[in-house]
Amino acid sequence: MPERATLIDRLHVVQRGELTPARTWAYRLLAVLGALVTGGLLLLFLGLNPFSVYATMLRGALGSAGMQKETIKLMIPLCLATLGVALAFKMRFWNIGGEGQICAGAIAASYFAYFHNGLPSWLLLIVMAVAAILAGGLWGLIPAYFKTRFGTNETLFTLMLNYIVMYFITYLREGPWRNPEGGFAAMPRFTKQARLPEVPIPGVGNVHIGWIVMLVMVVALFIYLRHTKQGYELTVVGENEMTARYAGMPVKKIVMRTMFISAGICGLVGMLQVSGPDRQLTDAVANGRGFTAVSVAWLARLSPGGILIVSFLFSVLQKGCSMMQTEYRIPASMSDILQGVILFFVLGSEFFIRYRIALRKEARA
Amino acid sequence: MSFFDQLIAFLYAAILASVPLLYGTLGEILIEKSGNLNLGVEGMMYLGAITGFLAAFLMESALMALLFAFLAGMAGAALYAFITVTLKANQNVTGLTLTIFGTGVANFIGETLKENYPAGTVVVADHVKRALLPLNMGALSDIPVAGRLLFSHSILTYLVVLIAIGMSLYLNRTRHGLNLRSVGENPAAADAVGINVSRYKYIHILLGGGICGLGGAYISLVTAVGNWQPNIVGGQGWIALALVIFSSWSPLRAVLGALIFGALSVLRLYIPKEVIDIPGAIFSMLPFVVTCLVLVISSIRMRRENQQPAGCGINYFREER
Amino acid sequence: MTEPTTAISLRGLTKAFGPVVANDRIDLDVHRGEILALLGENGSGKTTLMNMLSGIYQPDAGSILIHGKPVSIRSPKDAIDLGIGMIHQHFKLVDLFSARENILLGQGAKGGLSPDQVCARLGLKVDLDKKVYNMSVSEKQTVEILKVLTRGADVLILDEPTAVLTPQEIEALFDILRVMKQEGRAIVIITHKLEEVMDISDRVAVLHKGKNVGAIDTAQADRFVLTEMMVGRRVDLDIQRVPARVGDTILDVHQLCVTGSDGHQELQNVSFTLRAGEILGIAGVAGSGQKALCEAIAGLQEVSGGSILLDGKRIDGLSPREIIQRGVSLAFIPEDRLGMGLVGSMNIPDNLLLKSYRDQDGAFLSRKEAREQAREMVQRLDIATPNLTIPVRKLSGGNVQKVLLGREINLSPRVLITAYPVRGLDIGASMRIYDMLNEQKQKGVGVLFIGEDLDVLLSLCDRIAVLSSGRVRAIVDSRFATKQLLGMKMTGLTTDKEDAYA
Repeated sequence: MPERATLIDRLHVVQRGELTPARTWAYRLLAVLGALVTGGLLLLFLGLNPFSVYATMLRGALGSAGMQKETIKLMIPLCLATLGVALAFKMRFWNIGGEGQICAGAIAASYFAYFHNGLPSWLLLIVMAVAAILAGGLWGLIPAYFKTRFGTNETLFTLMLNYIVMYFITYLREGPWRNPEGGFAAMPRFTKQARLPEVPIPGVGNVHIGWIVMLVMVVALFIYLRHTKQGYELTVVGENEMTARYAGMPVKKIVMRTMFISAGICGLVGMLQVSGPDRQLTDAVANGRGFTAVSVAWLARLSPGGILIVSFLFSVLQKGCSMMQTEYRIPASMSDILQGVILFFVLGSEFFIRYRIALRKEARA
Repeated sequence: MSFFDQLIAFLYAAILASVPLLYGTLGEILIEKSGNLNLGVEGMMYLGAITGFLAAFLMESALMALLFAFLAGMAGAALYAFITVTLKANQNVTGLTLTIFGTGVANFIGETLKENYPAGTVVVADHVKRALLPLNMGALSDIPVAGRLLFSHSILTYLVVLIAIGMSLYLNRTRHGLNLRSVGENPAAADAVGINVSRYKYIHILLGGGICGLGGAYISLVTAVGNWQPNIVGGQGWIALALVIFSSWSPLRAVLGALIFGALSVLRLYIPKEVIDIPGAIFSMLPFVVTCLVLVISSIRMRRENQQPAGCGINYFREER
Repeated sequence: MTEPTTAISLRGLTKAFGPVVANDRIDLDVHRGEILALLGENGSGKTTLMNMLSGIYQPDAGSILIHGKPVSIRSPKDAIDLGIGMIHQHFKLVDLFSARENILLGQGAKGGLSPDQVCARLGLKVDLDKKVYNMSVSEKQTVEILKVLTRGADVLILDEPTAVLTPQEIEALFDILRVMKQEGRAIVIITHKLEEVMDISDRVAVLHKGKNVGAIDTAQADRFVLTEMMVGRRVDLDIQRVPARVGDTILDVHQLCVTGSDGHQELQNVSFTLRAGEILGIAGVAGSGQKALCEAIAGLQEVSGGSILLDGKRIDGLSPREIIQRGVSLAFIPEDRLGMGLVGSMNIPDNLLLKSYRDQDGAFLSRKEAREQAREMVQRLDIATPNLTIPVRKLSGGNVQKVLLGREINLSPRVLITAYPVRGLDIGASMRIYDMLNEQKQKGVGVLFIGEDLDVLLSLCDRIAVLSSGRVRAIVDSRFATKQLLGMKMTGLTTDKEDAYA
């Protein structure tokens, strides 16, 4: 033991008191900046000018009305799916099954689009939406039921259910729902009645009605969480299940109900996707959105407003990366890498929000 | 082919398919024993897969391929360890991010390779592949049944069995194993007796990541026979996570579990269509369905022992009040 | 500056948690061959100070000297290497391991002293191959002591070691400590119980609000001096027993049995009655079934036999929600207030809503009334909070308890169940809680008081039921009971026949 403590010896980590929200967000912004710099270094390493690549990305995502339209089309399912999973997360239910719930909704909606398309368009679309919500919701109820009944780990359960329903789509595509006219195994395109109407966004142009659904859901979810009894209940269950039971809350029912709504919203995403941009059922209907939604929800701290913003930024990133691919021939998987880097940085920054490094003062004995 | 030959062929294929799952499972068991839940197995396997492939392709050395795959898995794990152990961030989100990141990096490099080399040339050299593909041990391999099932496998298959046995001995029979388990069960208790919690976590998360990386190399070099394909790991990392639960954190039971899951994944190819005609997609679903059943069953028969280490998912901060 | 006998000197030790200064420039010496009592109220900084010695916390400022040499204790390992061993209030044991494995843990290949030898020397009896999760609290404590001694510690720190022991077990522990003192070790015992200070210590150092207010020889101290040092003012330590105006039976527990999730019998044929206007105490070693009893009555624990009648209505088998729907008014203050009862991350109004939100009409939730109620309560109960929006977990223990108790009392219950209601509270706050319970009693509420401090139980309650291993061993009138009697019943050594007079 040294006579006098060295500098390193005197350094240690301590918990902070409360930081102001402004400082907190400043740290997170700094983290995002750090991630962009790191991404830039990566681009530099690949022999590209990071500034022009980033500029291309921005232009590719927002440069013209057409590009803005595409970005918004990416944003609609991501934002809605995030709203869905965020609801479950608020209850500390790790719903990693958004992907599968989207697929389940898409399958149910497609069933009506393929086999009951004689209905008037408005009615068909409503039936499709309701079917999608029910199918997604029921698919989400399975892990919720076992969680409440036996305490089954929902993280892995919801995850496994993703793959089951994804392979089910493959089965439908290769078998019963295969388009007999197509050369390779694919499902037919929807008839006109089963396609979503388009509504103009001022300054951008026509985008399928999903954008209105998205905005309505952001507001609805905000109100649901803040100002309804059900929202209060699920928050209490998430924060402290023992207290919820103590206060006489029907915890199991709340978990099932919340999970149904959470998964139902994801199911609706599936319907909007097949009936909007895709116009048919494909294996790629969810396309990783259920997973990305988890990150977006976490980054947005589960707040509906934050989800709107973060899902927009992520869509810009994704659209930008596809532009990058066409212009610089950089694979679009760059988008996953950048997402990962950003998340790593923001995850790491939380440390500096909660802790600080302190230096011990020596006493003069 | 007789029924018996068919059965042997099926079992052999099951072993082939079980190896990467077992690597992932063993890696994650080691990580979880240190009290960290790492949902990034898939990502670490991707990192191992692409790096192993790259090393085999460019350096034309099987040994280098394995070494680099191990290091790549370790690097992914190091990132995870730094963020969760040192910076104490949420383990679920960090693991998930590692998966996104690892998948991205692997696909990115893979696509870049295909962009930059003429079509059909992005293949590992034959002599490198041969070093990792199933061995022919001469007389031993010619023994009926046993020769095929026990003595004609890839060196990686024998390695993974050794890892399983070694890990089991390490966890249950050594002082370091005892210390590690205490870190996973109750880090505060471990800390109070002077065990360096962070060091134990780092070492085992890194080793676990390396083992996952080897599983990735197996996929790209043995399963895919040295041909890179996009999305090559395809969810095997997630199955490995489920297998950890299936084997109730025991490396030896993991061997059995991986065999069962391997068998499920190849079953389709060995059941004659005349017997049962089930579409391929439904067969692909099977391992995941079984995993769900396992999850439910293992949650129903709750026991004190054989559970997830109690400290899993919670970061340790000594001064926490 | 140091005497040869000084084992440890602390100079200007300071530690803050965020804005809260837990230890403020503390100086303290501990000598070899002495037992030093570190006395102070809950929250006065005793544990924090000792945690800095054992390497759990890092001081913000100040130095630690061992045998006159300044040292830097960066981790528990450093502390162990310096011969400091601490037995924490919340045991640091791996439940899944056996005693022996816990003792071996973290020791190098050469290992320390053999646990069997240490046991023999001190006359300790413990089954080294028993799993910790099967152990009683006093067995666990023995394992902790063994852990420290096998590592050759010559400075021993015990944090509230008696809180969970029966009087007989406490005596046995003190005997061991005296032996260790004879061997020349330095022993620090953290406590807030004056009697123990007088009983075991040679010297006593008193902390008040994070400062050392002085150390004196125990021989020269008395209860009043120590209390005044500890509380910072003169206080009347006597808890009043308000005369009871006992009414009809309102809670009738009959032959109650509860089986735990692991098949263990938590409660066996527990019977007692609680009458309006009385406080019935429940005494017992921690883990004797108190939790199961409270939770069974509150509808949180499944009942496997017997009945519970509240106001003549059967409530056993009903969920908390159903109990509320029956219109029977029952309030429950659980032991871990932030673990059950309150939501730590929510503010006071949202916590008040827990019991009342269901009475609102429609799907929406209005917080207006709850905010009004909160404002009123903060004033009436003198709850120290900067505002109504901060999460309740940021309040001090006493204020958290006031929020919980305040909410439950607002519901005008007929029966009030409180489990360890003053745990972690300072003396002032504790006295306030006792007053509130007495007020309820005078209003004709039946109060069930689960306690740990036998002195408090004896002076506050009208009757005391002693619980041991899930059985009621006796129900006594507290005017005629003694601590020794309660202690004997708590160990459950009596035969079933003797229980009959209950």
